[in-house]
Amino acid sequence: MQKRSSYPLALLLLSPALLMVGLLFIYPLGYSLSYAFRNEKSATWDLSNFEKAFSLYGNDIVYTLVILVMATTLTGLFALAIGGYLTLGENKRAVSFLRWLYRWPLFIPMVVAGQLMRTFLAKNGMLNNALMSLGILDPINAMSMLDWRGVVITFVWKQLPFAALLISGAMASMDRSMIEAARNLGASRLRALVEIVIPQIKATLLVALILSFVTMLSALSVPMMIIAGSPTMITVDMAWRVNSYGDYGVANALGFISCAMSGVVAWFYLRHSVREQTATR
Amino acid sequence: MSALTQRLPKLGGAILRSVLIGLLAVAIFGPLLNMLIWTVAEAWYFPAKLPIRWGFQFWHRVFRPEAGAMAALWTSIIIALMTVALSLLVSIPAGYALSRRTLPLRGVFLLIFLLPQAFPAIAVHMNIARIFYGLGLNGTLWGVMLVHAIQGLVFSVWIASAAFASVDSEQVEAARNLGATPWRAFVSVSLPQAAPGLMASAIFVFLISLDEFSGTFFVGVPEVRTLPLTMLNAALEGNYQIASITALLLLVPSIAFMLFVEKFLKADVLAKVGT
Repeated sequence: MQKRSSYPLALLLLSPALLMVGLLFIYPLGYSLSYAFRNEKSATWDLSNFEKAFSLYGNDIVYTLVILVMATTLTGLFALAIGGYLTLGENKRAVSFLRWLYRWPLFIPMVVAGQLMRTFLAKNGMLNNALMSLGILDPINAMSMLDWRGVVITFVWKQLPFAALLISGAMASMDRSMIEAARNLGASRLRALVEIVIPQIKATLLVALILSFVTMLSALSVPMMIIAGSPTMITVDMAWRVNSYGDYGVANALGFISCAMSGVVAWFYLRHSVREQTATR
Repeated sequence: MSALTQRLPKLGGAILRSVLIGLLAVAIFGPLLNMLIWTVAEAWYFPAKLPIRWGFQFWHRVFRPEAGAMAALWTSIIIALMTVALSLLVSIPAGYALSRRTLPLRGVFLLIFLLPQAFPAIAVHMNIARIFYGLGLNGTLWGVMLVHAIQGLVFSVWIASAAFASVDSEQVEAARNLGATPWRAFVSVSLPQAAPGLMASAIFVFLISLDEFSGTFFVGVPEVRTLPLTMLNAALEGNYQIASITALLLLVPSIAFMLFVEKFLKADVLAKVGT
């Protein structure tokens, strides 16, 4: 039915969108990756930007990595818990309430999530006030959580609905007969989740976590609003290098490092999906 | 006795379930409630647990022309509408081409549109700003529109492709057999059937543009000031009321879309996104 001659037409229809990706993404990305190695002073190519980036922002690179790994892990664990309860929960009212509840932050912008947490987690924020009213927290010990903890909480709060949506979707479209069989043989729900459900939705879990990782890695507004001063995340350092010093060299070196971080997680995904494909063959 | 020992763990489970779901509800709505209180707090100092004075004084301040928030809101809306127009213009033809599963290299094309989402955006945004500076696009609405459009492109193209894929191909065939030109069949059959999906992609792009931060930060500032940047400034100046009111303005469309997303994005289209 598809005529051979319509292929050039399809390419023509695709060309404006492809051109946009090329000019507005691939070209600047290539520019960023190559100019990370550009020494503007001596007009040569070397590693000086990286040396400077590591000596000035070495701590921030580690700090960023720790925050991202923690936030991604927590997002994954909570999303599995929510997805698991939505799939295996036996109380219909609790399941439908949870389904309504968990999605609220889904489309809330990162920058707004940052502002919400800035007030919620502050020293005089609602969290401390509530804990003090309940007598759990002594007013003298009240402190602000606006540091790495605040960033991790904000990231998890914002990304959890997205990850849980993908994961519970994958769980819902799973073949239920194996779960029923295991349950009939007396397996607990937790065991059914860990041993039967999670292995089957591993690919979706990976996609959800990788996309969350990259989203968090790109967020400039959240660390900017939550963390005052240093150490901070490398996105803030990049903005600072560019806006205060016009130093694109070090900023691009940091950009290269953040691309490398997302490259590593993407590699995990590719390795997994290749192994999966060879296994099914 | 045995009935009691059987019921006890069940009761314990019910309590644990209520506590966990309750904690999740507090974690989700607590920050939102805190922000809502700030929008109507005129004075609130540590260690008072609730505002000392309530009122709408800061609302008047936000909506005064010299506050700049209204201007920022209009700038945000104009940029978002421009971004939607550009996105539809490029993603309708691209989505139509990609809706045919027989298209050679289709998977590769779908992946290319995902690329901007798979790399950290900051590295790209600061270099776009450098390139745009040479072209005179920095600090213009057009420049900001282009950065926003690339950020939303994967959604607009993928959703458009799914929308065209769910068009009834027999009706298109029937129109062609009755002598309609391919263009005529597209305009009178495919386009109307894909319209709800295209509407969903337009709303998605509108929201992405409305919320976009880092691209505007590098390309737009200081000439183009959108609502998220106004909010950041208010927050960093320590003006919690103004920041919370602008946050609320940004929140309303996002939550409305979350609640009604299924009305715009029908399950049959949703299932085809990205496949």
